[in-house]
Amino acid sequence: MFQIIERRMIVPNLHELVVEAPDIAQAAQPGNFIIVRPDEYGERTPLSVADWDREAGTVTSIFMQVGGSTAKLARLKPGDSMPSCAGPLGKDTEIENFGTVLCVGGCYGIGSLYPVACALKEAGNKVYTLLEGRSSYLLYWQDRFAEVSERVIEVTRDGTAGYKGHISRLAEILTLEKIQPDLIIVNGCTFLMMKTSKVTEPMGCKTIVNMNPIMIDGTGMCGVCRLTVAGKMKFACVDGPDFNGHEVDWEEFLKRRQTYNPEEVHPLRKSGCASHF
Amino acid sequence: MAKQIDYKQRAMPKQEPFERVKNFDEVALGYTETLAQEEASRCLGCKRPFCTQGCPVAVDIPGFIQCIVDGDFAGGIRKIKETNALPAVCGRVCPQEEQCEQVCVLGKKGDPVSIGRLERFLADWEAASGATETPDIAPPTGKRIAIVGSGPAGVTVANDLALLGHEVVIYEALHDAGGVLTYGIPEFRLPKAIVKREVEYVKSLGVKLYTDYIVGKTKTIDKLGDEFDAIFIAAGAGLPWFLEIPGENLNGVYSANEYLTRCNLMKGFRFPEYDTPIKRPSNVAVFGGGNVAMDSARTALRLGADEVHIVYRRSRSELPAREEEVENAEEEGVIFDFLTLPIRLNGNEHGWLTSLECLKMELGEPDDSGRRRPVPIEGSEFIMPVDAAVCSIGNSPNPLIPMTTPGLEVGRKGNIVADEETGKTSRDAIWAGGDVVTGAATVISAMGAGRNAAKDIHEYLSKK
Ligand SMILES: Cc1cc2nc3c(=O)[nH]c(=O)nc-3n(C[C@H](O)[C@H](O)[C@H](O)COP(=O)(O)OP(=O)(O)OC[C@H]3O[C@@H](n4cnc5c(N)ncnc54)[C@H](O)[C@@H]3O)c2cc1C
Ligand SMILES: Cc1cc2nc3c(=O)[nH]c(=O)nc-3n(C[C@H](O)[C@H](O)[C@H](O)COP(=O)(O)OP(=O)(O)OC[C@H]3O[C@@H](n4cnc5c(N)ncnc54)[C@H](O)[C@@H]3O)c2cc1C
Ligand code: SF4
Ligand code: SF4
Ligand code: FES
Repeated sequence: MFQIIERRMIVPNLHELVVEAPDIAQAAQPGNFIIVRPDEYGERTPLSVADWDREAGTVTSIFMQVGGSTAKLARLKPGDSMPSCAGPLGKDTEIENFGTVLCVGGCYGIGSLYPVACALKEAGNKVYTLLEGRSSYLLYWQDRFAEVSERVIEVTRDGTAGYKGHISRLAEILTLEKIQPDLIIVNGCTFLMMKTSKVTEPMGCKTIVNMNPIMIDGTGMCGVCRLTVAGKMKFACVDGPDFNGHEVDWEEFLKRRQTYNPEEVHPLRKSGCASHF
Repeated sequence: MAKQIDYKQRAMPKQEPFERVKNFDEVALGYTETLAQEEASRCLGCKRPFCTQGCPVAVDIPGFIQCIVDGDFAGGIRKIKETNALPAVCGRVCPQEEQCEQVCVLGKKGDPVSIGRLERFLADWEAASGATETPDIAPPTGKRIAIVGSGPAGVTVANDLALLGHEVVIYEALHDAGGVLTYGIPEFRLPKAIVKREVEYVKSLGVKLYTDYIVGKTKTIDKLGDEFDAIFIAAGAGLPWFLEIPGENLNGVYSANEYLTRCNLMKGFRFPEYDTPIKRPSNVAVFGGGNVAMDSARTALRLGADEVHIVYRRSRSELPAREEEVENAEEEGVIFDFLTLPIRLNGNEHGWLTSLECLKMELGEPDDSGRRRPVPIEGSEFIMPVDAAVCSIGNSPNPLIPMTTPGLEVGRKGNIVADEETGKTSRDAIWAGGDVVTGAATVISAMGAGRNAAKDIHEYLSKK
């Protein structure tokens, strides 16, 4: 059993989860993920690592409540425990001195982007951070990013913070901010990663995305996490989850993620209003 | 007076086909005491038993069968356990017709003795009697061994080394122990309660088990090496193969590993009680002809499919699956499309599988393996409407450990290279066995490899 040290909502619908898992904390690297099961009936749910404390033996993830499993996670309290927490899985994000790197984060990916930004800074890069969200109240950890970035740029759809609009304005924002990135790394929802890749392709700037397909084992055994990258079949859990965003077959990826949508509605109904009456 | 030879095998009671396709309960019900004793009495008690030579772990077959005849069931199970730590499993899933039973002398003129069923009978009798004997454990040696993977190979090594007084720790990547026995082979063929019981038994010998622990990721082999005197790698097979035909990433196309893991390990057949969903398609095509294909097809039937096809490019006589399971599948209504090659999967605009395109084959000249090579018949393409396809054509060994263990010699197909006799790898103090070395094989061969490695590890530790 794995002890929950902390579980709190940091911005609407996004939760911070801190789990005691000393061996995982020792081994965690930027870009990795863990797989948790909220209870004995639960799905194996992959979550990126957003932070770790090797001394205290804890790992932190930020998760968004979307369906049944994440709803179960959102109900956990400090002192509770989970039957499973496995990891760290996936290849590490490649860290070297690339020069100038733009880190783009949205949603739970703001969390998982943080260790990436730290490592890039430590490797000697000039790091710029761009956080994207529907509204200012969905952005978080700006102070943390400020410590390792030249600048933290905000983009909100309603214009309540930073630039108004979304990532499709990237080229223009880069010009205004006078940033010429040698590499762009995106962590976040599929749409953010896809959109960013689409706008950076004509710029010719290499763009790394941290893919989030449906998974089960996370160890390369089941093949459900497969996607097409540069025309080849790849397994996100062992070949990734980082890939070159310009090489990903996004259309196929989006469709594959929908596979269980009809079924996933069920737990929502179970936990929704109808069950109170 | 010479014994009257009885050439007729006693049938084992089974659930009726029309009943069993509606549930996930075990198909074969096992011999009653009377049936077991009748069947056991057929054995000639050969002085030089071929059957034992046909068993990869050399179970004393005439010995345990005589115990059944004598009604000494406790003695019988003790005899089996001298060389086989998992009789309830092997009695159910060994391909006996290619091993012990293939060479039984009775098989020359009639039916061989049903060795597997008798083995299962004793194991089940022991479990039901509740009187599982724990053998003597040697005094502690102070030596520590780490085992990677809790499938049959890992469990066998754990069992053997624990009995010799060593401290054994098993690390398992998934949240449940048992390897393929737990995530792959379905409940209706091998109830998970049995696997649990066997794992609990090995734990009762003092073996520690950590689940959710991925060696190579949570801790590398080299870090484990600092804490342990020896390591045995039994990580099994991983990375499923696909046919590499167009359309394999359509929704509704699964690897058998995914399909079976969803159902068995994650208990998808009990969704929504369990959270992991599994689809309930109506027309299913399964590619391949081994045990994995039979299991996938029969699982699909139980999940409510109207029509399940096994699409196999060779003919019936080449099916690598256990004969008994092929018969079970046929009885249950699985449709076999022999000499048929899948060439393309078609989908709709939402990315869902809608049909399968195949090509008919005919048998041509024999290939290297001596089997006649199937060759496509020109212009024989046809289309089959399907809403799910399961690829059961094999897999390569799990890549996580080779990827993170420098100096560990790996073969062309990604398998860990290990000495055939001893399981010793290219690295000091590291052994390996089972599917991770041989590629997908059998439970008993994985156990055999474990047995041999345990012997060698013990020798090494004794000298250390
Ligand atoms: C490598 C990786 C890292 C991830 N990191 C995070 C993270 O840090 N924070 C976070 O909030 N989410 C993360 N996700 C996504 C997260 O795993 C899913 O949101 C979660 O499993 C949904 O479960 P649910 O039952 O709550 O929702 P569901 O109702 O099951 O599904 C909601 C949506 O999520 C998708 N989904 C369902 N199951 C999975 C699954 N097992 N894996 C991926 N997607 C799925 C479905 O396509 C569906 O559209 C990550 C996914 C991957 C593969
Ligand atoms: C569906 C199916 C049906 C089958 N039917 C039969 C049958 O009827 N008869 C028969 O004889 N054989 C059958 N087989 C084959 C048989 O199950 C295998 O040959 C046998 O289980 C191999 O044993 P193993 O111990 O080598 O590996 P496995 O049983 O594969 O166990 C390996 C274990 O190691 C774990 N692992 C992997 N990587 C790591 C890591 N890095 N760290 C920690 N743990 C790790 C895995 O999660 C797994 O639990 C079948 C196989 C399948 C898939
Ligand atoms: S272990 Fe398998 S091969 Fe050996 S006797 Fe038992 S059933 Fe036959
Ligand atoms: S070969 Fe057949 S008859 Fe002879 S001992 Fe073995 S099981 Fe009995
Ligand atoms: S999640 Fe099963 S192979 Fe990647």
